[in-house]
Amino acid sequence: MTETLVEFDEVLTRYEPVIGLETHVELGTESKMFCGCSTTFGAEPNTQTCPVCLGLPGSLPVANAAAVESTIRIGLALGCRIAPWSRFARKNYFYPDIPKGFQTSQYDEPLCVDGHLDVEVDGETYRVEIERVHLEEDTGKNLHVGGATGRIHGADHSLVDFNRAGIPLVEIVTRPVAGAGAKAPEVARAYVTELREIVQALGASDVRMEQGSLRCDVNTSLAPAGSGTWGTRTETKNVNSLRSVERAVRFEMRRQAAVLDAGGRIVQETRHFHEDTGSTSSGRSKEEATDYRYFPEPDLVPLAPDAEWIEKLAAALPELPAARRARLREEWGLSATEMAWLVNAGALGLVEETVAAGATPADARKWWLGELARRANDAGVELSALAVTPRQVAELTALVAEGTVNDQLARQALDGVLAGEGDPRAVVEARGLAVLGESDELVSAVDAAIAGAPDVVAKVQGGKVQALGALVGAVMKATRGKADAATVRRMLEERVLGS
Amino acid sequence: MSDLTTLTAVELQAALAAGETTSVEVTRAHLDRIAAEDGALGAYLHVDGDAALARAAEVDASGTAGTGLAGIPVALKDVFVTEGVPTTSGSRILEGWRPPYSATVATRLRDAGTVMLGKTNMDEFAMGSSTENSAYTATRNPWDRDRIPGGSSGGSSTAVAGHLAPLALGTDTGGSIRQPAALTGLVGHKPTYGSVSRYGLIAFSSSLDQAGPMARTVLDAALLHEAIGGHDPRDSTSIDAPVPAVVEAARRGAGGDLAGLRVGVVRELGGEGAREGYEQGVLDRFAGAVALLEAAGAEVREVSCPSFGLALPAYYLIAPSEASSNLARFEGMRFGIRVGDDGGRDVDEVMALTREQGFGPEVKRRIILGTYALSAGYYDAYYGQAQKVRTLIGRDFSTAFDGGASGGVDVLVSPTSPTVAWPIGARVHDPLAMYAADLCTLPASLAGVPAISVPCGLSEGLPVGLQVMAPALADDRCYRVAAAVEAALGAPLTDRLLERAA
Repeated sequence: MTETLVEFDEVLTRYEPVIGLETHVELGTESKMFCGCSTTFGAEPNTQTCPVCLGLPGSLPVANAAAVESTIRIGLALGCRIAPWSRFARKNYFYPDIPKGFQTSQYDEPLCVDGHLDVEVDGETYRVEIERVHLEEDTGKNLHVGGATGRIHGADHSLVDFNRAGIPLVEIVTRPVAGAGAKAPEVARAYVTELREIVQALGASDVRMEQGSLRCDVNTSLAPAGSGTWGTRTETKNVNSLRSVERAVRFEMRRQAAVLDAGGRIVQETRHFHEDTGSTSSGRSKEEATDYRYFPEPDLVPLAPDAEWIEKLAAALPELPAARRARLREEWGLSATEMAWLVNAGALGLVEETVAAGATPADARKWWLGELARRANDAGVELSALAVTPRQVAELTALVAEGTVNDQLARQALDGVLAGEGDPRAVVEARGLAVLGESDELVSAVDAAIAGAPDVVAKVQGGKVQALGALVGAVMKATRGKADAATVRRMLEERVLGS
Repeated sequence: MSDLTTLTAVELQAALAAGETTSVEVTRAHLDRIAAEDGALGAYLHVDGDAALARAAEVDASGTAGTGLAGIPVALKDVFVTEGVPTTSGSRILEGWRPPYSATVATRLRDAGTVMLGKTNMDEFAMGSSTENSAYTATRNPWDRDRIPGGSSGGSSTAVAGHLAPLALGTDTGGSIRQPAALTGLVGHKPTYGSVSRYGLIAFSSSLDQAGPMARTVLDAALLHEAIGGHDPRDSTSIDAPVPAVVEAARRGAGGDLAGLRVGVVRELGGEGAREGYEQGVLDRFAGAVALLEAAGAEVREVSCPSFGLALPAYYLIAPSEASSNLARFEGMRFGIRVGDDGGRDVDEVMALTREQGFGPEVKRRIILGTYALSAGYYDAYYGQAQKVRTLIGRDFSTAFDGGASGGVDVLVSPTSPTVAWPIGARVHDPLAMYAADLCTLPASLAGVPAISVPCGLSEGLPVGLQVMAPALADDRCYRVAAAVEAALGAPLTDRLLERAA
């Protein structure tokens, strides 16, 4: 089915978008939220389970203190107020992947409330207000077998893996974000990007969207421009990459505009995002949604974190990404745009480590954004996945700086490093890549070039100094690039022009 | 040596310690009696004689029999999960399930060297006051086999009263230990909420469920209580405090001296103006028990707890609400029966069919009631309101115990049940009449305070129980007062049952 869509720019002429994001982060705790089972990703199905996370009759939950601590730290990093008293609640519904027939979550008494996160898009700052940060447990995973698509539709049976059931999950809910206009899709993406970096900086989760340890539901609505009202929203579920976050908002804006233009009504519903086409399709309608019958979980005691403990956690927070970027910009003397490039390329940490290993900020940036970015791009991998460490990159810049190699030789040295031949200095030695000084070898190469091209020598001596380049090239060729071009030029000038 | 099944746990302990008998002999004696009597009584859902004898032999060989409860048989209500041993909670939906783990209390009893005789019958998921809601069998009261044994721990009460076990574990959500104990002439104690682990106890209503002992004497009950009590890190609601000195209190109380003890008689539970539904015989026996307390030196006064009258409606909103959620996990996907999985039905249909056929009518009634009470738009009016009543009832208890101007009381007393055991079938079609059986036991449940039922005589040839309630973690007071009443009345009531049978 093809949807009618309105061109994006045209949407903005008639409508104002409002977005909201619900982000789920799987915490990187050793054990599950309410039992001692391991949380390691990728184990054989149903091997990381026990009576508690399988919801066997009689079993009882015990809250994981490390998960509570991580949630509070996330809340603090987002400027939230930590509730002095909060409770878990049961969210009741039937589905094969929730073993107890309810999910243990938090409802009207969340652990953290009223925070915010400032994000930057094209030099403009947007404040995203955080309504709440709460703690809950993940569900199991359904595997639909026998159909063509792996979806439940068309499958002939389904299997459930409970390894994921009970892994601690933090849900971060924003307030509606209005006023971003055409930037709404990018603001959504920038928010999730920034949130991911914060959680990463806290060490609270590995936040891998492709493994589902960070999942995003994106709410989008449109209101007639200037109306001051809000439209009916849709909730696009499980948008699993940063790019998809932006695409999902963009698509929903264009789709909803078409519906509204045609005099239609937006149905409040959940929608599924399709990675391949960038489109969304209707899921279950909220208007016929389940009544979750939330009530306080009687099997758990309330959480009442000590004020002193919270203060301690706040004091021990690491430097957060925004502060770090500001500091490094200052230290390295970068413009905002230059910093944005670094961040977008995923090179900030790598450059920082390279500088820490002795490189100048300029050299480190040049390598990571230049040669290394090219290599990563060619290989189709993230920068951080290249088989070269920041320390090795720093060594490369040192070799260039001390004149042992030139840029071209340094790139050959990098080839060796990436091929697993060892550190740059070892590769230079093993491959014999060092620049030649005024060695006998170079002298004879220069003399040979002069002797081999009397016509060129005559031209140069006749005043056509630029013809010297041909001689330089010949020497470089003869030495297979190991000579330093400036040295060669000086030697040639001495001999040909006698100066 | 007389029939080993007539001995109390304390007497068995002495005989085992003196080498006059062995755990195997004691266990065999009980198994023989079960074989002879249980066909008619229906106390047990599962008995594995070979396993019990093997366990008894193990204890005998270890040389520990006679120390503590080692070597003494016990029966467990089928609500406790027992590894490898069928556990049904009285429900069809769990038929055939053999749990992969054991309840903390079951493990503690095993570690104490007790011998599990079997699993006892109960109202399905502990919902009921007569054990007639069991999906499997009716249990009969040994005092009159045409009458109910109380519930929901009716299998345990019949087992102990009928001498098919010296001791049994029950659970009490709104009176399910105390009421059957009262109706069969036993001692039954509901400990302070949180003082006995709920891990492995199949939940009915999480904020109310408590496991506790049922025995023929106060001291026996105290010994069993001590063996199961204490903090359990697997239960978040478990209190990290030492087990009250209940055995010592039972011994002390048996001396019969209650001088200086302040006893409050709850007006709202069978007192002036609150006698509707109470049988005269019960009120007479209760008055007699109060007189005994006074004779033992207690200072008795009437105390008003105005909110107790609201306990019944509050309980029948809170317990079903929690149950509707607790019982959601029974959907045929991971354990128990599965109905309708013929390849043509989707998962929702299979879940619905499993629950339709797996649950009995009372369980369905309470799930529907609880689902309704928690629904959007009704939550505040029902569940929320019931929680407020619960707070008020707790306040009534604190006022009574802490006193104020008039000074408080140490314990509160009332009849345990407004009536004696009724004929089987008499109330099955009248749920409200059935619910009224819990009138006296519900306040202590809602407040989480300890309460014991101790026999205080017969009415029309059937046992009547006295309920003694104490402040949280003062379980020892219940035992002390109960032991004094027991001492004043002479031999355990159930001995008279034996005499009558002889």
